[in-house]
Amino acid sequence: MYVAVKGGEKAIANAHRLLADRRRGDRSLPGLTIAQLIGQLGLAVDRVMAEASLYDQSLAALALKQARGDMIEAIFLLRAYRTTLPRFGASVPLETGRMQVERRVSATYKDLPGGQLLGPTFDYTHRLLDPDLLNETAEVEEPARRDGEAEAVMRVSDILDREGLIEPDGEMPEDHVPGDLTREPMEFPMPRDLRLQALARGDEGFLLALGYSTQRGYGRTHPFVGEIRMGLVEVEFEVPELGLTLSLGEIRITECQMVNQFKGSAKAPPQFTRGYGLVFGQSERKAMSMSLVDRALRTGEFGEDVVAPAQDEEFVISHCDNVQATGFVEHLKLPHYVDFQAELDLVRRMRARHKPAEETTEHEEAAE
Amino acid sequence: MPDRTETFAGGFANAVFDSQAVFRTLMDCMARPGQTGEVTLSLAPPAPLGIAAGAVMLTLCDHDTPVWLSPKLSQSPVPGWLAFHGGAPLTTERHEARFAFFEGRAPLPSLGAFALGSQEYPDRSTTLIIEVASLDNGQPLTLSGPGIRDTAGIAPNGLPADFLRQWSGNGALFPRGVDVVLTAGRRLVALPRTCKITAKTLTESVAETPASEG
Amino acid sequence: MSAPHTEPVTAPESAGEAELAAYNFAYLDEQTKRMIRRAILKAIAIPGYQVPFASREMPMPYGWGTGGVQVTAAIIGPEDVLKVIDQGADDTTNAVSIRAFFQKVAAVRATTHTADATIIQTRHRIPEHTLKEGQVLVYQVPIPEPLRFLEPRETETRKMHALEEYGLMHVKLYEDIARHGRIATTYAYPVKVHGRYVMDPSPTPKFDNPKMHRSEALQLFGAGREKRIYAVPPHTDVVSLDFEDHPFEVQQFDRPCALCGATHVYLDEVVLDDRGGRMFVCSDTDYCETRQAEGHVGEMLATSEREAAE
Repeated sequence: MYVAVKGGEKAIANAHRLLADRRRGDRSLPGLTIAQLIGQLGLAVDRVMAEASLYDQSLAALALKQARGDMIEAIFLLRAYRTTLPRFGASVPLETGRMQVERRVSATYKDLPGGQLLGPTFDYTHRLLDPDLLNETAEVEEPARRDGEAEAVMRVSDILDREGLIEPDGEMPEDHVPGDLTREPMEFPMPRDLRLQALARGDEGFLLALGYSTQRGYGRTHPFVGEIRMGLVEVEFEVPELGLTLSLGEIRITECQMVNQFKGSAKAPPQFTRGYGLVFGQSERKAMSMSLVDRALRTGEFGEDVVAPAQDEEFVISHCDNVQATGFVEHLKLPHYVDFQAELDLVRRMRARHKPAEETTEHEEAAE
Repeated sequence: MPDRTETFAGGFANAVFDSQAVFRTLMDCMARPGQTGEVTLSLAPPAPLGIAAGAVMLTLCDHDTPVWLSPKLSQSPVPGWLAFHGGAPLTTERHEARFAFFEGRAPLPSLGAFALGSQEYPDRSTTLIIEVASLDNGQPLTLSGPGIRDTAGIAPNGLPADFLRQWSGNGALFPRGVDVVLTAGRRLVALPRTCKITAKTLTESVAETPASEG
Repeated sequence: MSAPHTEPVTAPESAGEAELAAYNFAYLDEQTKRMIRRAILKAIAIPGYQVPFASREMPMPYGWGTGGVQVTAAIIGPEDVLKVIDQGADDTTNAVSIRAFFQKVAAVRATTHTADATIIQTRHRIPEHTLKEGQVLVYQVPIPEPLRFLEPRETETRKMHALEEYGLMHVKLYEDIARHGRIATTYAYPVKVHGRYVMDPSPTPKFDNPKMHRSEALQLFGAGREKRIYAVPPHTDVVSLDFEDHPFEVQQFDRPCALCGATHVYLDEVVLDDRGGRMFVCSDTDYCETRQAEGHVGEMLATSEREAAE
């Protein structure tokens, strides 16, 4: 006798109850607050905002909490929420030259106007586990503060630009409407604005690996970090109906300008080329990886051959989205028994036909 | 000066459910050429736009779809009505239009002047919404193609003069080509580009649509 | 017109201080629905051609039916009756989950009876019960491009479709014959639609391919991650690719369903024990249950159950 398995609905409800239990963990401990997550796991919150393309610390922290710390799940939650939001328009391009800089380093000049500013970096920390953090026993010192007005800090690329040593920062045509791949179907080849959007949303690990591969010779671009800067910039929105520009507030971003391999021809004198990265929040690794991949993807513009994965636009852009990737990889756990049955049947039939031949071979071998 | 009441009034009473109902009617008609759909909900587009045509406009047109209007519609309160209820940009370039609207008896320009899509992206073509006087007391036409079991019949009254000849040319472009929705007051019939139309009377030149089969 | 749910469905959780937006009927905002609706109309007008659309992030993972869900959300109304199946069954977890989603965001009536449904969303099967005019079958599609595994580049496959250059597909099928003595494609078996476009029928077993041919129902296909929508209108030719000397043939099962005794249906293999015991039952659970209710009996149907039911 056989009774078919039933009760999918109940199984799902029970699974979700157990998940909620595991998320909450030990009830005798206080639950994490959103403020704690923003305050103490800020870089995780930043990554969720960056790859979800939504700048909202509270919602990103909520997503992180709900996802039990699973970054891609949190990114997914926030993106699914973002989709439902109305879209009012595009902001005025961010003026990173007017950034209130918290960190700014250049690898191309020893000193430069505005100086090198290390800021809150892990660089030069010795990676030794800190037992003081176990129980928050030690008092944390107040940071040193610099007095005076925050001034605009010039970009390193501007220094090179003044001498004509670097390619111009490509201007978009006057009537160019910035693309948005969350609103329009993708099409290859892609204009650079859409490509940069895809990279900014792209998986940090995937871009890191691709950027790394260019350094190891898979599409080498001879990069120098012209500049990395991180800090607050103002977001402005133009309201043509009212004839004014509104400030929507400030957001923290990380920008990386990579100075790459020069190009020249009989007509044009040699110039360095650019790779660009910009990410929500503080994420140098992501901004640097993005600028390496951006430059690698400009291969076609410079008449170079596409020889490495990082230079292959369709490959990189189609696979850099971790929400898409995780969905499709993980869908393999869904039932596929109808298809598998079809394969099973075919393999059985083919094996049945194959058998006599196998037996003959074995027999012959035995005879030898 | 367009009448402002006409601009603001006469839209969907409930945009979410009304547009869903109109879309389903249109989808069923597009999937079954020859089948007549009817827009039963209350809607009052400004003249000379018909009710079904107005319903299709509000259901499908928005900021992302440049709309081309016939000269007479452009001069009517329709642009204001469309801007208020749909927010769609108008275009005078036919090949840029996602949708084109014609009032009854409007002359039909060359279909080839509208967007026909490309061989790679044949979907990027204009959908024309053409008002006729009636769908069933005019010249009997026989339809065949996808969506039709054997043949279907319509008898539109007031079809633009050389429509059949142009339609045959449109079919020869497959997979490129425009799609058409014929409207008559509250009623509509869809003619996707795959639809072959032949006039039933022998005297009419029978539109020999070249087979699209490869 | 009856509109029982004019109130927006509110989001279940609130984000502490933050105000979360209310969701629209059928989840998608109206602009998104219009965009999908336009794509659906073009898809119907060009049978088998994959229309690119700006697929949205849905509250379920890519690869789990987001394309089908978006198509259903764009067409569904308060009058509809929805059936959702996965592997032919209404009770598989992902089917349950998608049905619950629509009951929540569109408060739509649901059914498991194929004949009662106006919209059937499916993954991997076409119901055994012949579909009728007025029904819409919405397929969830993982990889809409039939040429993808022969040529991974979208830029190339788009050209191949444009030029109707399908030689590569025939070469692939023929290589199967050379190597295995038969075409070794058992599911997602490519078809030609209206004599023009080669189309992926989604990973349904090829057993179901003949059901697509001149079906009375409208068939819509949604691929969310790959951002494509395509369609087969009713009464449209859908021909499985084959060769004169190796004609297309579907799977044959050499026994009837063990529960309802049906023949000429697609069967799932159920492993009964660790000693090689197995049985074959209808993959279409509604079809099987309806037949059992009508008194059809397969060899393994629990006799005690039947007696209890009487």
